[in-house]
Amino acid sequence: MKERLRNIRNRHHWWPLVLLGAGWFCVPLFANSYWTDVANFFGIYMLLGLSLNIIVGYAGMFNLGHAAFYAVGAYTTAIINTRFGIPLLVLMPIAALTAAGFAALITRPVLHLRGDYLCIVTIGFGEIVRIALINNPFGLTGGPNGVLGIDRPALFGFTFYQPGHFFYLIWVIVILVMFGMRRLENSRLGRAWNYVREDELAAEAMGIDATNMKLLAFILGAGLAGIAGTLYAGKMTVIAPESFGFWESVVMFAIVVLGGPGSIPGVVVGTFGMFVLPEIFRGFSSARMLVFGAAMMLMMIFRPQGLWPSQRVLRVRQAEGLESQGSAAGRPA
Amino acid sequence: MQEFLQQLVNGLTMGSVYALVALGYTMVYGILKLINFAHGELFMLGGFFGLTWLTASAFSGLLKSPLLGLLVLFLLVMAMVAVIGVLLDRVAYKPLRRSPRLTAVVSALGASIFLQNAVMLVFGSGYLVFPDVARDIYWMVGGVKITLMRVIIFLVAVCFMVGLYLLVQKTQLGAAMRAASLDHDTSRLMGIDVDKIIMLVFVIGPALGAAAGLMVGLYYRQINFAMGWTYGIRAFTAAIMGGIGNIPGAMIGGLLLGIIETLGAGYISATWKDAISFAILIFILIWRPTGLLGERVADKV
Repeated sequence: MKERLRNIRNRHHWWPLVLLGAGWFCVPLFANSYWTDVANFFGIYMLLGLSLNIIVGYAGMFNLGHAAFYAVGAYTTAIINTRFGIPLLVLMPIAALTAAGFAALITRPVLHLRGDYLCIVTIGFGEIVRIALINNPFGLTGGPNGVLGIDRPALFGFTFYQPGHFFYLIWVIVILVMFGMRRLENSRLGRAWNYVREDELAAEAMGIDATNMKLLAFILGAGLAGIAGTLYAGKMTVIAPESFGFWESVVMFAIVVLGGPGSIPGVVVGTFGMFVLPEIFRGFSSARMLVFGAAMMLMMIFRPQGLWPSQRVLRVRQAEGLESQGSAAGRPA
Repeated sequence: MQEFLQQLVNGLTMGSVYALVALGYTMVYGILKLINFAHGELFMLGGFFGLTWLTASAFSGLLKSPLLGLLVLFLLVMAMVAVIGVLLDRVAYKPLRRSPRLTAVVSALGASIFLQNAVMLVFGSGYLVFPDVARDIYWMVGGVKITLMRVIIFLVAVCFMVGLYLLVQKTQLGAAMRAASLDHDTSRLMGIDVDKIIMLVFVIGPALGAAAGLMVGLYYRQINFAMGWTYGIRAFTAAIMGGIGNIPGAMIGGLLLGIIETLGAGYISATWKDAISFAILIFILIWRPTGLLGERVADKV
C-alpha cells in the first residue's frame, strides 16, 4: 500500500517536470536569436553549476577557482581543433579527460587542507591558470587575444551554427547530466560524499577513504566543467583568458550556494538568479552590478539555506538542530 | 647586490602595505571564522576618501604644514572607513552569524561587488590621479634609492603593527579579544561583550586597511575602483601564508609576500609575478597546512 502510494506520488511529481521540459524545448521556435542565446548560456552555466555542485555541494569543499577547469576544457578543445582540425564533438571527451587529469594533478597535494586554506589555494590555481593563458606559454594559448577560428561542432554532417541548433545540443547535454547527477546523488559514491561533508572523521572510521572521495569529486567536477568548456568554445568560436577570471568562478560558486548546495533544482534556480535575471535587467546597465551585489547579500540573509535546498541537507541540519535543542533541555545527548 | 638591496627595499614597502591589509582579514577571521572578501574594497575606499579630502579646498590650508595635514588626513580617512566597516558587518554579516559558512562567503562576495560598483558609479571607472605629496624627496644609501614615501609607509605600518600587537597582547581589551576568538559562548559567560569585540574588530581592521589604501594612493599617485581586488587577494594570500587568525602571522606573511613578489618580478618574470606568489603559497601550505605560524589543529573526535 505504502509502495503504491509512493508510486502515485512519484508519478504526480514527474508529470509537471516532463511538461515543463517539453515546453522548454519549444523555446527556440518562438524566441528570437538573442534570447535563444541567453538560453544557451543559461545551459552552459547550469553545466558549470552542476559540476561545481559536486565539489561544493556534495563533497563540501571550498572551490573559488572552478573557472580554471572550465578554461582547461575550452583551451584544450580550441588548441587541438585549430591545430589538427579534429572535430569538436570528438574533442569533448578529450577536453573532459584533460580537465579531469589536470584537476587530479593539482588538487591531490592540497586535499588535506582545511576549508579556508583550500579556498585560497583554489583561487590561486584559478589565477595561475589565467596568468599562464595571458602569458602564452610555448605559443599555444595566443596570449591576451586568445584562440580564434574554432570550428563549429558537427554531428553526422550536420553543423550546429545557429543559436537554435546550439540550444538543442546544449540542453540535451544538460538534461542528460541532470539525470546522471540525480543517479549519482543516490549512488554509493554520492552517499559517501555526503558522509565526508558532514563528518570526515566519522566517514573515515566507517571505512570511507575521504581523500579519495574528495579527489573523485574534483575529478568529476573538473571533467564536467571541461565539457562545458568545449561547448563554450564551439559556441563562441573564439576564446580569451578574460572569460575565465576570478569573477567567473565567483558566479559559479554563487550559483551553487544561492540555489542550495547539493541540490539539482537548486542549481537551476541559482543559475536563473545569477545569470538569467541580470540578463533581463541589462537595461539598467551601470547600476546593474550594484543591484547584483546587493541581491547576493539579501538572498543570503533571507534564504541562508538557498532558494531550493536539498532535502537531504535539510534533514541533516534539522537533526542537528534537534540534537542541540535536546542537549540544551538537559536530555542526554 | 645593489639591485638586490633595492628590490628588498621595494619589497619591504609593498610588504608592509600587504601586512596592514592582511591584519584586517586575519582579525575578522580570528573572531568570526569568516573570510571578509569585502576587505579589499575597504582598502580601496581608503584611497578614494583620501583623494576626496586631498582635493577638497578646505583641506589645502592644512597641507601648508604637511605633517599635521597628513596626520589629520589619515585619521579622517580611517574613521570614515571604520564606520563603513561596522556598517558592512551589520548589514552583510551579522544576520548570518548562525548560518552555514558558505552563505557568509557569498554574502561577503556580494558586498564586495556592491562596494566596487558603488565606487565605480560615483568616481567613474578610469584611474584617478593623486596630488604629488613629497614624492621627489629621497636619499641614496649605499647606491640604494630610498624615497621619503617608502620610509613613511614602512614606519606608519610598523607603528600600527606594534600598536596592535601591544593592544592585543598587553591590555585587558586585547585579552577579551583573544578570549572571544577562542570561544564566543564561554567569553560571554566570563562577562565579555562579544558583540562589542566584534564591532571593535570591524573598526580596527578596516581602519588599518584604509590607512594602507591611502598610502598606496599617495605613493603610486593613481587609484582605481578595481584595485581592492588585486591588493585584497594578495593581502589575503599573505594572511593565509602566515596562518590566518594569527596577528603576527599576518605581519610576517605580508612582509614575506612583498619581498617574494618584488624578487619574483625582478629576477624571474614581471608578468608571472602573481603566479609565482601563488605557487609559493601553495608550496608553503603543502609543507605547513595551516600557514607559517598557524596552529596545528587536531580534528575533534
